[in-house]
Order: sequence, then structure tokens, then C-alpha cells
Amino acid sequence: MSVFYATVASLLCGMAIISLFRTQDLLRRILALNVMASAVFLMLVTIAHTDAGIDPVPHVMVLTGIVVAVSTTAAALGLTIRAHERRRHEESQ
Amino acid sequence: MTALTVGFDLLLSAALLWLAWQALFLPLRFAAVVHFMAFNLLMALVWVRLEAPDVALAEAAIGAGVTGALLLTALGRLPGGGSRRAHPRRWHRYWRYLAIFSAFVSAVWLAWSVQHLPRPGLTTEIMAALDTTGVSHAVTAVLLNIRAIDTLLEVAVMLGAVMLVWSLGPALRPFAPATALPGLPALSRLLHPLFLLVPTYLLWRGAHAPGGAFPAGAVLGAGGILLLLADGVSWMQQPRYNLLLRLLLIAGLALFVVVGLGGLLLTGTFLAIPQAQAKAVILAVEVATALSIALMLMALYLYGEPGR
Repeated sequence: MSVFYATVASLLCGMAIISLFRTQDLLRRILALNVMASAVFLMLVTIAHTDAGIDPVPHVMVLTGIVVAVSTTAAALGLTIRAHERRRHEESQ
Repeated sequence: MTALTVGFDLLLSAALLWLAWQALFLPLRFAAVVHFMAFNLLMALVWVRLEAPDVALAEAAIGAGVTGALLLTALGRLPGGGSRRAHPRRWHRYWRYLAIFSAFVSAVWLAWSVQHLPRPGLTTEIMAALDTTGVSHAVTAVLLNIRAIDTLLEVAVMLGAVMLVWSLGPALRPFAPATALPGLPALSRLLHPLFLLVPTYLLWRGAHAPGGAFPAGAVLGAGGILLLLADGVSWMQQPRYNLLLRLLLIAGLALFVVVGLGGLLLTGTFLAIPQAQAKAVILAVEVATALSIALMLMALYLYGEPGR
């Protein structure tokens, strides 16, 4: 089962990379980065299934990663909004 | 039974891939954001399926809840999705095929190498050390005792993001809705006791079962964002509460650093917690971290410094 989800994660990663490089829209790039982060988390959690049982360390790394991902998303969105407002301000002048 | 679970896995991953496709390649921005939120909700189901309930709780509250609210608010500030820029860049056909082919090959290679990674794991070591950490749930023990430095740095990263967003300018004024929404303040008032009860339960449960500071802080923050939408926390915008707001924002990090320095004094190692006090110290750090995370999520949602 973990093998199956690792394959799904790598497909998600490939899709996110194509979208990241093809789109010109900043919001879509943020979405692509988030999808890629989810794919990496999925890989980490599949690696947590070991012969000795479920390893809690990757779970902790993913928990930390989710909070860092929402912080970076918010910072990137804030920068995007300001950049757009500035462009509109310059165009109106 | 196995056929049922295999069918469920297939259905779940097909839905996941389809939602990701829609979120990444639909020309309309609003549809993309909504598909992305549904994608995160399904990710929470995948975490349950992979026996990671702690991650599922955090994903459901942060990934599907808070990130969705952040994206939708940003969407309202950006120009409409039908503009020229929203469309993908036009490439020559051969380049496009080459890019898709190489991305597919790297994905296959990635899947192959993930399956052949060595998986030593630290399960036995952590189970052996669990009795000395003061809590009986392995994830909380790693998060707040064994690898507390990661959590400390993570709270610092989040504070850095709040500082970056606040340095961009004053907080964005929410747009007045086109029609009056009497349901929103009433709904947030009705739901608010639940938004206090659930984090308290999760926080207390974290010592022995899935739960803890991250899901608790995330649920509290989601409730706070609902209150911000209903204009229920006007104190955040008032200048005389500025100092209090900043103190609450750094409370989690400050207590963490104090605990680290205390460990340095008592045992000679930064962030080492003596076994006798471990339970009480971890609970105190968890409460402060959950409150700080909740407030930092609300602070990020403002997209600027309040009261300026």
C-alpha cells in the first residue's frame, strides 16, 4: 500500500513541476508549490512504514512542514497582493 | 475486506490526481483554488489511510481550512481569472512534449528510488526512550522533547513570516459584502464555544493520543479567522492593544527559549528537560505554542500590520 501511495506522490510531483514552469500566474505558482509540498509529505509518510512498525520521526517532520508551508504560502500571497496593488497604482497614474 | 480497501485506495488516489490536475491546469483561478481546497481535504483522508492521525488532524485544520481562507482572500484582491496572464505560456509543441516526457521520466525514477530507499527507522530507539520523556504518545514526545529544537525553529520561521507580512504595510480592510450577511456573526457566535472546546480537548489528549499543540493551535486559529471575518476581534486593530498583541505572538517562542536555557542551566544541554518536571513543562510549552500558532495564523490572515 505504501508503494502505491509513493507512486501517486511522484506523479503529483511531476504534475506540479510542469505547472510551476508553464504558468505565468503567481497564484497558480503558489498552488503548484503547495501541491509539490503535499507530494513530498506523502513520500515521507510512506517511508515511515518500516519493518519495526511506524516510525514517528517522519510524522513529526511532516507536522512541522505543514505549519511551515502555510507560513510561506501566506508570505508569498502577501507579496503577490502588494505587487499587484503597486502595478495597478502605477498603471492608474 | 482487502478488495474493499484496495478499491478505496484506488478511488482516493484517482480523485487526488484529478483534483490536483484541475487545481494546476484549469484556466479559471477561482475553480483552481476550490479544487485545491478539496485536494487538501482528501489528503487528510490519505493520512488516515497511512496511519498518521496527527498529520491528518493538522492537515484538515491548516491545509483545508486556513490555507483555503488565505487563498480565497488573496483571490478577492487580484484581478479576474479570465485575464491573459492566467493562461499558460504558449510553448512550441516539441518543447511541450519534451517537458512532459522528462517530467514523467523523473516521476517514474522518483517512485522507483523511493521504493528502494533504505528504511532503518528510529521506532525501537524512540519506544525505548519514551518512558523518560514525560508523555506516552510517541509523536508528541518527539515533537516537544526529543527533537524540540525543530519545533522551536519552526515557531521562529512562522514568526518570521508574520514579521515579513506585517512589514509590507497596513492591514487590508475587508471588502464590505454586497449583501448584508446576518448569518455570519450569529454563526461565529454559535460556533465559538466549539472552537474553544475542541482545541482544549486536543491539547489535553496530545500527551497520550493523537492531538497536541499543532492541531489545537490550527483549530483555534481557524475559529479566529472566522471571528475576523465577522469583525468580532476589533481589539486587534486598536493601537493600545499593540503591545499585548506582540507579547502574545512571541509567547510560544519566548517560553520555548526559557525552557531551553533552563535545561542548559540544570543539565548542561540546551532544551534538555529533567524527567521529573517533563510532563508539566511540556504541557506549559504546548499551551503557549498553541496560543501563539493560533494568533500567528490570524495575524497572517490580516495581510499587513493592524492598527497602522
